[in-house]
Amino acid sequence: MSLNIEGRIHRFGDEVNTDVILPGRYLTLRTPEELGRHCLEGLDPGFVDRVAPGDIIAAGRNFGCGSSREHAVIALKAVGVGAIVVESAARIFFRNAVNLGLPVLVCPEAARGLAAGVPARIDLDRMTISQGDALWQVDPLGAEVRAILTAGGLVPRVRQALGA
Amino acid sequence: MTGRTITEKIIAAHCAEPDSVRAGAIVTVRPDVVLLNDVSGPLAFTQFDAMGATRPFDPARIVLVADHFAPAPDIVAAGAIALTREFAKRHAIPHFYEPGRGGIEHTLLAELGMIGHGGIVFGADSHTCTAGAFNALGIGFGSTDLAAALAMGQLWMRVPDSVRVVLTGAPGPYVTGKDIILDIIRRMGSDGAADASLEFGGPGLRHLPVDARMAIANMAVEAGADTCVFEGDDLSAADMARRGMAPVAAVAPDPDARYREVIHVDLDRLSPIVACPPSPAAGVPVEQLRGQKVDQVYVGNCSNGTLTDLRQVADILRGRRVAPGVRMVVVPATQKIWRAALAEGLLDIIAEAGAAISTPTCGACFGGHMGILAAGETAIATTNRNYRGRMGHPDSQVFLANAWVAAAAAVAGEIVPPGEIAARILTETAA
Repeated sequence: MSLNIEGRIHRFGDEVNTDVILPGRYLTLRTPEELGRHCLEGLDPGFVDRVAPGDIIAAGRNFGCGSSREHAVIALKAVGVGAIVVESAARIFFRNAVNLGLPVLVCPEAARGLAAGVPARIDLDRMTISQGDALWQVDPLGAEVRAILTAGGLVPRVRQALGA
Repeated sequence: MTGRTITEKIIAAHCAEPDSVRAGAIVTVRPDVVLLNDVSGPLAFTQFDAMGATRPFDPARIVLVADHFAPAPDIVAAGAIALTREFAKRHAIPHFYEPGRGGIEHTLLAELGMIGHGGIVFGADSHTCTAGAFNALGIGFGSTDLAAALAMGQLWMRVPDSVRVVLTGAPGPYVTGKDIILDIIRRMGSDGAADASLEFGGPGLRHLPVDARMAIANMAVEAGADTCVFEGDDLSAADMARRGMAPVAAVAPDPDARYREVIHVDLDRLSPIVACPPSPAAGVPVEQLRGQKVDQVYVGNCSNGTLTDLRQVADILRGRRVAPGVRMVVVPATQKIWRAALAEGLLDIIAEAGAAISTPTCGACFGGHMGILAAGETAIATTNRNYRGRMGHPDSQVFLANAWVAAAAAVAGEIVPPGEIAARILTETAA
């Protein structure tokens, strides 16, 4: 997990579900390259052309609701999304993102306040989000979530546990 | 110490430190069963290998089902099913189900007698919560979490809060489990049950057969719930016996259990509800949508592809025809249900009416195959999600309804209260 993430903000609304992040017809695909091509296609087909590595998504309530498809997180990572700041996130999506090393920060004030198209910075060590003069403090991550992110995802963490 | 909810009790029985199980606590839980399909499975198998795991925790308690892109519509899908088949073979997992011998995973899991009173299933599918119908906890996860569950036989989780749902009264004509859950979702909102388990109980429960309970439990996740659970009773016990399970006492809540919220549903006052696109929370009484034209009617999926649903469809379609300009696709949820519907003569009634009957598959519910919508098309479906583009083109739309309402729309070519179609049948028969 890189402790600092810097990138432009892409804003979305409430209820960005996993069906619009990665439509069901693509669920036979499994590689990041293939899945990344369809990232957010159901909501904003131009997103893949605008997004740059390290960019940050700011969105509203219940981000990632619906299907448990991990393909949605793989697609977001594949196009370089570095973090997601939301008012709230659906449980399964949140876990999937953390398990693949993609930080999801729940911070309603920042999620509403971050300006689109403008660079922002996330410091996961201090748990702050900043953009220009604005600074938001994020609630600390749970111990298990932080441990998984610090290990670089659930795969290395389980590898460690198994002594493999 | 205050009492415990059903959810807390079931989790405590699957946890090495049962005393620590309280809403909000982070605990490690060992499920009875782990469930994966041909979409979530292949990603999990790759992660399982990457974790350095060599064998799953217990092959006999793993269920792998080819249901999403099954039978395979193309070569890539065939490859995903092949990976699932190979994983089963490599690790001597007996419960692998091909088309023709299985069906949709959540309905199938119940049929197999692998989940009953007090059990826990972890599934790599958000609708694993369907198991709540059986006084069990079904908890949905993604593929990497389930890879860890395959390797270790356990996962960490936050013990959910509980929301008590008290059912009173008895449902009137054409009111089903679907209408009860669509009513709850429209009242709570799509994240109103976030971080919680919906716990269903109350005197109205005895009017709800297990098929209706499955339809309700299935969509708990559409209210944002972590999971859900019904109280057990004679009906759930009889269902376990029918599926060959040994009797186990149902898990009941303590009288002083602590709930985040208590909501009441008066079944007497409910009418059929239809959820408008693009949200399962956008339910309105069917009367308000009278005249809404439909291009496709879809009956099936893990919430409403049961024999009960097929009987409702046949009841409406008997002696009638699917309206010109409308196509209807009916998908029994499992092979066993398909055969029972055949034996009862339901499939012939449905086919005679002009509907296409498919082998069990998740199919078009998630926009995969077997009934995809073109741009500008409208469907009414007994499925559980109607997000933008869910069943096909981003500019198509889906209304969610019970099987009576769906079948009535097939006959009328537009949404109509099902009682009106049924009354029309009687009139014509009398004439």
